[in-house]
Order: sequence, then C-alpha cells, then structure tokens
Amino acid sequence: MTTQTRDAAQAAATTQGPRRSTRARRAAAGEPHAQPWIYAVLGAGLVLLVGPFIWMLLGSFRPNRELQEVPPSWLPESPTLDNYRQLFDVLDFPTFFFNSAVVATAITLGNLVFCSMLGYALAKLRFPGKRAIFALVLGTLMVPGVVTFVPLFVLVSNLGMANSFPGLIFPFLAGPFGVFLMRQFILGLPDELIQAARVDGASEFRIFASIIMPLCKPVLATLGILTFLTSWNQFLWPLVVAQSEDKYTLPVALAIYSIGERRADYGLLMAGSVVVVVPVLLVFLALQKHFVRGIAMTGIK
Amino acid sequence: MATVTAGAKPATRRGASGGARRREALAGYAFALPFLLLFLVFTVGPVLASLGMSFTDLRSADISNPLAVEGVGLENYTKLMNDDSFQQAGINTAYFVLLGVPLTIVLALAVAVGLNSGITRFKTFFRVGYYLPVVTSIVAIAVVWRFLLEPTSGLVNTVLGYVGIDGPAWLESTTWAMPSLIVMSAWRNMGTLVIIFLAGLQTVPAEMHEAAAIDGAGAWGRFRHITLPMLRPTLLFGAVITGIGYLQFFEEPFVMTQGGPLDKTLSVAYYAYNQFGFGNYSYAAAMSYVLFVVIAVVTFLQFKWLGEKD
Repeated sequence: MTTQTRDAAQAAATTQGPRRSTRARRAAAGEPHAQPWIYAVLGAGLVLLVGPFIWMLLGSFRPNRELQEVPPSWLPESPTLDNYRQLFDVLDFPTFFFNSAVVATAITLGNLVFCSMLGYALAKLRFPGKRAIFALVLGTLMVPGVVTFVPLFVLVSNLGMANSFPGLIFPFLAGPFGVFLMRQFILGLPDELIQAARVDGASEFRIFASIIMPLCKPVLATLGILTFLTSWNQFLWPLVVAQSEDKYTLPVALAIYSIGERRADYGLLMAGSVVVVVPVLLVFLALQKHFVRGIAMTGIK
Repeated sequence: MATVTAGAKPATRRGASGGARRREALAGYAFALPFLLLFLVFTVGPVLASLGMSFTDLRSADISNPLAVEGVGLENYTKLMNDDSFQQAGINTAYFVLLGVPLTIVLALAVAVGLNSGITRFKTFFRVGYYLPVVTSIVAIAVVWRFLLEPTSGLVNTVLGYVGIDGPAWLESTTWAMPSLIVMSAWRNMGTLVIIFLAGLQTVPAEMHEAAAIDGAGAWGRFRHITLPMLRPTLLFGAVITGIGYLQFFEEPFVMTQGGPLDKTLSVAYYAYNQFGFGNYSYAAAMSYVLFVVIAVVTFLQFKWLGEKD
C-alpha cells in the first residue's frame, strides 16, 4: 500500500468525523493488521499441513529398519546419511538432474509465453472464432490425461522425437491450463488501460508487453510455479518417451531404481523424495514474493 | 467493475472505425497463432485420435500391426453400461467430487483470505507451509497418512480415544474409506488453490474496502459484497479446475487403498488406468470419454452458475 493511498484514506476518514475508531481507520487505510486469532488459526492449520513433510525429511536420515517400526517415532534414533550416499552412488545424478531441469524449464517458459499471449487475446481482444478457440482449449483440459498417450507416442515417434528432449518437451509446451488461468486473470484487468493506450497510439504488441504483462506478475508467478511443479514431477510420459538412461528425468530414474528389490526401502524413497522436492521448493521461494505484488490498480475503477 | 465495463463497451465499439476493429482482430489471431500451432499438433490431434480409438477394438498387441484393428461402433460403450465395476466407480467418483470440491474450495479460500489479511510476520513461512503438501511426493504422503489413519495406534484414533470415541479402521471400512480419501485430497490440493486465490485477491482494489469500511461495513459484509463478487473469475477458475481434477481423481486411491475395500474407492480414472495396464486400449479410451462428457457437463453448469456476463 502506498503512502499516498493511506494519507488519502486517512484524510477521508477524518473528514467523516472524529468518532471513527482506530480499527475502522486502519481498515479504511487498507492495512487491516492481522488479528492475533488469524495467526493462531493459520498456525494451527500449518502444523497439520507441514507435519507429513517434516516426517519425510526426518525419515530420509534414518535407516530403513527404523522406518518400519510400529508405531513409528518422529525423531531418528540413529541418524545417518546412508540413504543419500546410496542414492548418489548408484544413480547418475548430474545427468538426471540436468535432464529434469532442461525439460521443466523449457516447458515452463513455453507456457508462460504462449499461454499469456492467447489468454490476453481471449480476454481482451475481439475477433471471430474467439469463443470456439476457448471452448476447444477448455475441452481438451477435460480429457483424462492418459487416454491420449498412445496416439501421442505414435505421433512423437513418427516425428523422430522419441527418446529426445523435443519429445519430452513439445507435447506440453502449450497447455490448456495456462490459457484458462491467464484469461481468467486478465479478464479482471480494466479495459480502460488498453483503450487509453490505443488512443495514445501504442501498438497491440506494445500494449500486451508493456502494459498487460507487468500487471500479470502475480499470475505469471503462479503459472510458473504450477507448470514447473507439474513438469518436474511428471512421470508417466517421460517413462514412455525416454528409452535410454541418458534421457531419464529424476522421477523416472528414482522410480525405476526404487521398484524391484528396493521396493520396501522407505529410507531411500524418502531421501529420493527430498532430492526431487528441493528444486521445486527453491523455485517456489524465488517466485512467491510476486504473489501479492505488482498490481497497481489504485485509482482505476 | 463488470457493470462499468459493460456500459463502456458499446460506446467505444460504435466509435471505432472498421480499420481499428480489423486491426484488433488481426492482433487477436497473431497472439493466438503460436499457441494454436503447438496445441493443434500435440494436443488436439492425439485427443481426436484417442476418441477414434474408442470406436475400435484396439489392444496393445495391435500397435505393431494396425491393420488388424477394426471399427466396432459403439460396442465399447454398450459394454461399459453393463460393467458393474464401472458403475460402482461412477458412483464413487460422484461422491468424491460432490463432497471434495466444496470442501477444498472453502478451505483454500479461507486460508487465502487469512494470508491476505495483513499478515506481516512469518509471511513467507506461511505461504511455503501451505504449499508444501502440493510439492511433497505422493509416496511420502501415503506413508504418513496410512500411519495417521492406522486403526489401533494411529494418531487420529488415539486423539478420538481421548474423548471416548472408538474410531473405525478408516481405510478398511466401506463407510469411511472414501471420506478419508476426501479429507486427504482436500489437504493435499488446497495449496494450489490458495496461491491461485491469493493472486486473484490482489485484483480487489483496496479503495473499495476502504470506502465500505468508512460506511461502516463489517469484515464479513465486505467479504460477501466486495471480495466475493470481485473474485468471481478466479473462483470460477478454481471451481472448474478442482472439478476437472477431482473428476479424474486417481492417485489417492492408487497409493492408499488400491480401490478397495470392495471397490468402494475405485474411481473412473483409476478403472480406466487399470484397463490401459491390461492392454485394453479401446475399452479404456471409451471409459475416458464417458468421463469426459460428464466433466464437460459439470464444467458447463459451473460456468452457468458462477458464470461470467461476457
């Protein structure tokens, strides 16, 4: 909240008369300082949500026999790095990590660019066929995923993309989810901004790139995280397409490694899950500060 | 804002020349083109092919010899109608969606509003915390939840025991297995909705709250009459996405109950997945398209009820 807005609101509040309570004035200033009970409720909820994650983290540092005790205990009795050591010894981590990073980053960037362009067009521009395009996008979003894998694999093979990065990336570069998300968000932005820019003679691309996109920061951060997470954790498709080990992504490598004789090795599974989660968490941490910033809608109604 | 815009539009349209409108349409196509090219090849194509597949007798063995595949018309679909497991899966899916979607949305909205209500301390901590279940691997989640719901030594029944309630064997009970999965899914999926709602809440101008607060509106009144209406496009998105995701729910029963006890947690998507595994591609495809029609109808209704005045 800018200081001007606060001043303006406070001025407005004072002109109303002195009987306004402090809380009303604070609320009027758009800065309702959170009540203690909100912290309490959110904190209690947090315990329920974070518990299992902590358990996974602790589990990755304990030997497998300890994890199979009934009832399970929270703290490791004999902490060990064996699970991680074993994981890094057996698996070619740098390769799998690199593959996952390339695939997830490419898919995320593609979706940010392509989906925001179409989302903007569907939300704010008038052109024949707009409704049909939106219906098509929504329609494919509703088709259960696995059903298209067989024809998709035939297509990718015919294009010579089997067992290659393009085969892992292209099918997901332009996803319907992002279009829907971007369109819904951009619908909420005021038309007047675009009209004013047109009157000023800005090109359509300029309006999109330097007016709409900066306002979309929160939703772009959201889309970025969701897409990165989905493609990073994606498992079934890479399993089908990546036929040689040098093209495996992290989840595929872990899954292949953890089935068979390693199936019941929970310690190893936990360590693997932690290793897979860390990069996603880092991306989340980097982008989360944009969630509640970037929209300067003040003054436009 | 919706009403303001609606009022402003006709005036601009009347004022705009044909050239300006053509320019706008051209820009629209230019913005749509890159997405559509990729989308038509890699998404729409395979979708249509899989739809075609559902009218054939394609099985995994036929992949290397496509000429052996024959069209069978609606045979897969009529077979479905007499498949008891499929009907049970349909009932289970409906149960899951009808309870799960509202529960997840209400929880996520409450958390998002809470996180947006001027939390200054531990802000990042809260945001990351509520998102953690989304990033945590389903395998780890399953292990923990099985422990929580364990009939004798599990945390849930231990706590219930303190207040004198003899908790059931949650996952083995035909009555309680599904509610357990519903709660677990809400727990696991609300983080996604929280960050989506949080983004949407940023479009609610603070001035509207300020003005209403000055007029003496309480927090609940402002939430109902300002936040909710302004948030409608985002809420619609959340409801549609959750509806679509939950109608295809699969991972939770897959890791927790394997569809049991007595098929009580077998979902349509899970059943279709099993059929794919058995190599019955065309039968599984038919199943997926029955599910698709249901999803389309539900989404249409959501647009109608929560809809846009577009």
